[in-house]
Amino acid sequence: MSATATPLGADVAADPRSTRRSRGSDKSRAEAKLGWYLAGPAFVILVLVTGYPIVQALYDSLFSYRLTAPADREFIGLRNYGVILTDTLWWEALANTALITVVTVAVELVLGFALAMVMHKVLGWLRPIVRTAILVPYAVITVVSAYAWQYAFALTTGFMNAVVPGVGEDFDWFANKWTALLVICLSEIWKTTPFISLLLLAGLAQVPSDTIEAAKVDGATAWERLWRVTLPNMKASIMVALLFRALDAFRIFDNVYIMTQGAAGTQTVSALAYNQTISRLEIGLGSAVSVLLFVCVLAICFIAIKVFKVDLARARGEG
Amino acid sequence: MGAMSTKEKAGWYVGALLIVLYAIVPVVYILSMSFKSESDLSNRQFFPTTWTGENYSGIFAGSGSELFLPALRNSIITCLVATLIAVVLAMFAAYAIARLNFPGKRLVLTSALAVAVFPVITMVTPLFNLWRRIGLYDTIPGLIIPYLALTLPISIWTMSAFFRGIPWDMEQAAQVDGATSWQAFRKVIVPLAAPGVFTTAIIAFFIAWNDFVFGISLTSTSRAQPVPAALSSFTGSSYFVQPTGAISAAAVIVTIPVVLLALVFQRRIVAGLTNGAVKG
Repeated sequence: MSATATPLGADVAADPRSTRRSRGSDKSRAEAKLGWYLAGPAFVILVLVTGYPIVQALYDSLFSYRLTAPADREFIGLRNYGVILTDTLWWEALANTALITVVTVAVELVLGFALAMVMHKVLGWLRPIVRTAILVPYAVITVVSAYAWQYAFALTTGFMNAVVPGVGEDFDWFANKWTALLVICLSEIWKTTPFISLLLLAGLAQVPSDTIEAAKVDGATAWERLWRVTLPNMKASIMVALLFRALDAFRIFDNVYIMTQGAAGTQTVSALAYNQTISRLEIGLGSAVSVLLFVCVLAICFIAIKVFKVDLARARGEG
Repeated sequence: MGAMSTKEKAGWYVGALLIVLYAIVPVVYILSMSFKSESDLSNRQFFPTTWTGENYSGIFAGSGSELFLPALRNSIITCLVATLIAVVLAMFAAYAIARLNFPGKRLVLTSALAVAVFPVITMVTPLFNLWRRIGLYDTIPGLIIPYLALTLPISIWTMSAFFRGIPWDMEQAAQVDGATSWQAFRKVIVPLAAPGVFTTAIIAFFIAWNDFVFGISLTSTSRAQPVPAALSSFTGSSYFVQPTGAISAAAVIVTIPVVLLALVFQRRIVAGLTNGAVKG
């Protein structure tokens, strides 16, 4: 697809009519045409790589279909959804996913804001060092982060039991649902807070410094300045950061797969879909879980846009 | 920002130090794990008692190399090709978005946004099925195509944001001076746009390199399996030996290129990330 896209785009860009300032609707028609020639290939790929799977998943989810027994494929309507929605495993996975999303996003917002404040205030030679350091967790792949945190806490390899106060030598973090989820959250938070803090840093830079100075002169304390001036001015960037991270956290898979494989009641929605499809080859059930996950993501978007009024134009970078 | 008192300054400096510690301790830990000998791996301490390179020789020359070396090759090829395709396509799209007025501009940006938040696992089930039917399962092209779904959206935004900041008037000025549109584009705009394109490529590469879901779902052998997927299928030298050492060493190796990129291009990556999602 790229092979045809590149020369096509280049041809049109070379066409003098399209960029020259001429007059009237001729020009705007040519501009529209050029716009679609240039943006078209990327747009088509975006639509194909996600549009096809979701339509196919919707279709497959209506069948009882196991890859090992393709001859037994049978249309069963919405029964897969019935099976899933009446299974406690689904609700546990959904609850875990929601819990991980809420906890990690909340912690990351506060921690990310603190990191952004430090990056904003620190000057001189420390500034590039801090900004480089913050990129390390962002660059490290999630799987590596998952192994690092797993080894640090695991009963066989970990040093954490000796470090964390009140925890016995032989405490197994991964045998208990809540402590296993805690370690999963820690890895997730470590890896993704830098991204949030960079988005917030961009928001901080937009807060007019003379307003803050004025508040200072008027006798506002640092705490009041933060809540009355800085945060309201950053509302839009906070909302966008929040939406992005919430949607990302809701897809959590890598950390769970590496650390627990869903054991000890730590299953998440993505891990459940993976187990059904790839491990058990239950295409019908797996597709139904995938569709339900997609519906959850749509719901989060809907709530964010309608209830929290997240500015989509800003999210699109139109500012 | 006015004058800061010494005490206040010291506070921010301590904060900066904490950030550095926060960022590097887990990385240092996995690095330290990778230098532990087999007996040290279960010593439950941060550092090894004796430093050894045996885990590295294991994955480069020993029993782990059959899994690791092809995986490294697969990861490098897949991620570079996916990044290249995504950046070229996104460059044209971003040019159109930043520069032209055409109906459907917002549609392109909104679909990029929608694809970016689309649950990856929802793509996996149908692709797994389709790829098996048409022979793309366990092949490098079979990974590159879904990687475009990961890399294209962020490439489109990041570059659109960069391109909006380019003084396009200079192109017209060059044309007034007698250059053709194409010359003006190549001689004036390309040098201005290159840093943005380059930064976008780094960010897209990071995202492709980080993939795990497609890697473990759409590949099964060393023909196409990328490193993150290979990491999770390492086995110890015997059933009773955990592959901790091999995983740690391989984890360090996949971390080196991305951390180096982050260190060298820190300023650009920060600008790219903050421009792309929230206009600075």
